[in-house]
Amino acid sequence: MKIPTLVTPELQKQYGRLGRLVALAGALLFALSPYLPWAYPRTALDNMTYLGAPSTVQFLGLSLGVLELFALVGSHMAAGVARVRGTTHLLHRVAWNRAARAGALGMIAFIGLIIVVVALETGGLANLEYGAWIALVAAGIATAGSRFLAPGRESTLDRAPANPVLEILTIAGLLGGSLFLLAFALDQDDGGTFVVLLAHIAIMVTIALRSGVGAWLSLAGQRHRNVLVFSAFAVAFLFPFTQNGSDANMSIATQVLIFATTAVGLNIVVGLAGLLDLGYIAFLGAGAFTAATLSESTFATIGWKPPFIVVMIIAGLISATLGLLIGTPTLRVSGDYLAIVTLAFGEIFRITMNNLDGSDGPDLVHGSSGIPAIPNLNLFGFDFGEPHVIAGITLGRFANYFFLMLLIIAVIIVVFTRLNHSRIGRGWVAIREDERAAEAMGVNVFGLKLLAFAGGAFLAGFAGAVKAHVDVSVTPEQYIFLESAFLLAAIVLGGMGTVLGVIIGATLLKLVPEKLRFMSEYRMLIFGLLMVVMMRFRPEGMVANTRRQLEFHSDDQELAAEVDEDLPYEFVEERA
Amino acid sequence: MLEVKDLVVAYGKVKAVKGTSLTVEKRQVVSLLGTNGAGKTTTLRTISGLLRPESGEIWFEGERIDKTPAHQVVIKGLAHSPEGRRIFPKLTVEDNLLLGAFARKDTAGIATDLDRVFALFDILKERRTQPAGTFSGGEQQMLAIGRAMLSRPRLLMLDEPSMGLSPLMMQKIMSTIRALQAEGVTILLVEQNAAAALRLSDRAYVLEVGSITLEGTGQQLLGDDRVKRAYLGED
Repeated sequence: MKIPTLVTPELQKQYGRLGRLVALAGALLFALSPYLPWAYPRTALDNMTYLGAPSTVQFLGLSLGVLELFALVGSHMAAGVARVRGTTHLLHRVAWNRAARAGALGMIAFIGLIIVVVALETGGLANLEYGAWIALVAAGIATAGSRFLAPGRESTLDRAPANPVLEILTIAGLLGGSLFLLAFALDQDDGGTFVVLLAHIAIMVTIALRSGVGAWLSLAGQRHRNVLVFSAFAVAFLFPFTQNGSDANMSIATQVLIFATTAVGLNIVVGLAGLLDLGYIAFLGAGAFTAATLSESTFATIGWKPPFIVVMIIAGLISATLGLLIGTPTLRVSGDYLAIVTLAFGEIFRITMNNLDGSDGPDLVHGSSGIPAIPNLNLFGFDFGEPHVIAGITLGRFANYFFLMLLIIAVIIVVFTRLNHSRIGRGWVAIREDERAAEAMGVNVFGLKLLAFAGGAFLAGFAGAVKAHVDVSVTPEQYIFLESAFLLAAIVLGGMGTVLGVIIGATLLKLVPEKLRFMSEYRMLIFGLLMVVMMRFRPEGMVANTRRQLEFHSDDQELAAEVDEDLPYEFVEERA
Repeated sequence: MLEVKDLVVAYGKVKAVKGTSLTVEKRQVVSLLGTNGAGKTTTLRTISGLLRPESGEIWFEGERIDKTPAHQVVIKGLAHSPEGRRIFPKLTVEDNLLLGAFARKDTAGIATDLDRVFALFDILKERRTQPAGTFSGGEQQMLAIGRAMLSRPRLLMLDEPSMGLSPLMMQKIMSTIRALQAEGVTILLVEQNAAAALRLSDRAYVLEVGSITLEGTGQQLLGDDRVKRAYLGED
């Protein structure tokens, strides 16, 4: 796909300064437009009817305009600083022009989306006030102007000298900000506002990536991995305290966390070992049903009531045994068979559970009605059903389970990363890349595959045991193929073989449908489109695993290596 | 050290190796010559456990290994550098080399052997963090040999190490084989370039359509008329 170039490099050279001025004017106008009313009805998004008092959504637009101004001013200043061979001025490290070009397009996308959403929500374009149209024109001017800026060199921010204090502060600040963003996003009951918010985040991320700030951030994240992980957990831990005892958002958050935990477990199987498992949800289900039958529910069919820790381990072991049963015959043959067998296994599991109803089979799980009324957990005297008050803030039932799931996902993430960087992880990569060669190296291909498969199943069973108590009732219809497909989608969307990506993917896939209930009929259609778009433009997912990225873009890498080959490493930086 | 007796290997109904026998003595370089499709690669793959023979026996250091899985054959001290190099292109040089040591658990020994390989091929040391796929053919071959050495083998099987290499690079590979032999590694070599292989072989076998048709020392075969006509391109 090639978009024809209207503005040639010659034109950019000639009119670059003029273009920057035009873009500046456009950006300034865009930044001022939120002070004008954007819509007539108050119900459109979050009441954008006031003159001189922007609403939250309008403030998001304002932030885009200010960012664009910032990029343009930076571009101007960078152009004023002469390039000295051997040193790189900090201003030259940022790809200002690329950021400005992306930012201007982002402004158009943002205001365009708002116009569309308002028109859809209120039934016509007539409901938009002049402010919105001014913003659209301003974004258009900025885009037209920014096209005359030559994109220039790629950012070299990631090669700037390390600055630990700044890096740590930025990480902590960003994650702290994301806590408020998260709390704010969850409070948006209006689907349109939620979509606009998501679009705003996407635009910000794009600008960060184009300017080189994104690369710098990811490098900072790698350098201070511990800070990043700790802050992320701190944010997650503090999240229930922002909810003031309300269970509405906490129940969503807990479901998101269960989904993310399962997805990270599946990612060991799919992302690390490269085994396509289409029936992973059955292992989650096996854990949930095990926990349900061993619970204190009056509908539980097994009289033995071991403590929950024991139940969790039994649930994990039963899932792992099922994994071994499925894996042993199929893992010896090529990958396609595994996909088919696991797909079938998922269905067999669901149908078997339906048949364990007393008429078609033993009455173990009451068939399609499942096991209801599973009581809340009570671990070491801590009752998960009761609200607890800590520092004056009430933490409800879902908050309790949220903390438990946080602990479990932490365990699974540790398992994941330890495995990834171990000898076993290297063996998995080798199997993924070239099974026969791996075998010749002395990699026990079958054994390692089985380990991944059964290990993944064990973790799913573990999470399933908790899920049974969160959901209160366990029925076969909670564990259908669609759920397996969503888990896989979360992995592909987020980034195979990464923890962060999969958590983001899982959060998006679980959160968005909750917030956009009015579009629930089109859910499948939208996800399908999203997948196609991802595969076309970013097959490695939102967060790329470095090894995976090489797999998808090996041509570019080879090209880059060829170019760099002639120069010793020290000189590459200077030339770039 | 290695003894193959009446080996028969078949792909479905087609027999690729029809009753081959060969012997490799300690500290020797033994070559297996033959045209395409003669069964050389199949023989090596069967010895290393990647294929199962229909009949026949394979003995390595007094132990029968024709039913041993491939990953355990490596542990016994028999390494295989496969045809076409089969390096892992998206992994770094270091990861590739460490995969060669996958069957080992002695961290200190692995580090020593890594240094040994780096001493032998300094280009690998320079580029230890680069993805192996960006390498030239010759460099990839060095990596493949280095990777096989990291399992600290007593017998190293090299399948077509000079394939597609420049004459200069090929000389480098051949001198590497000599150096390895001097270090006490026994080598079973499959090679298209018969002249170069025979010159450094203690013993050689000629394989034709699945059967051994000639055997002798390297010098004997270099002087043999049939070998001269068929493999050395002389009249």
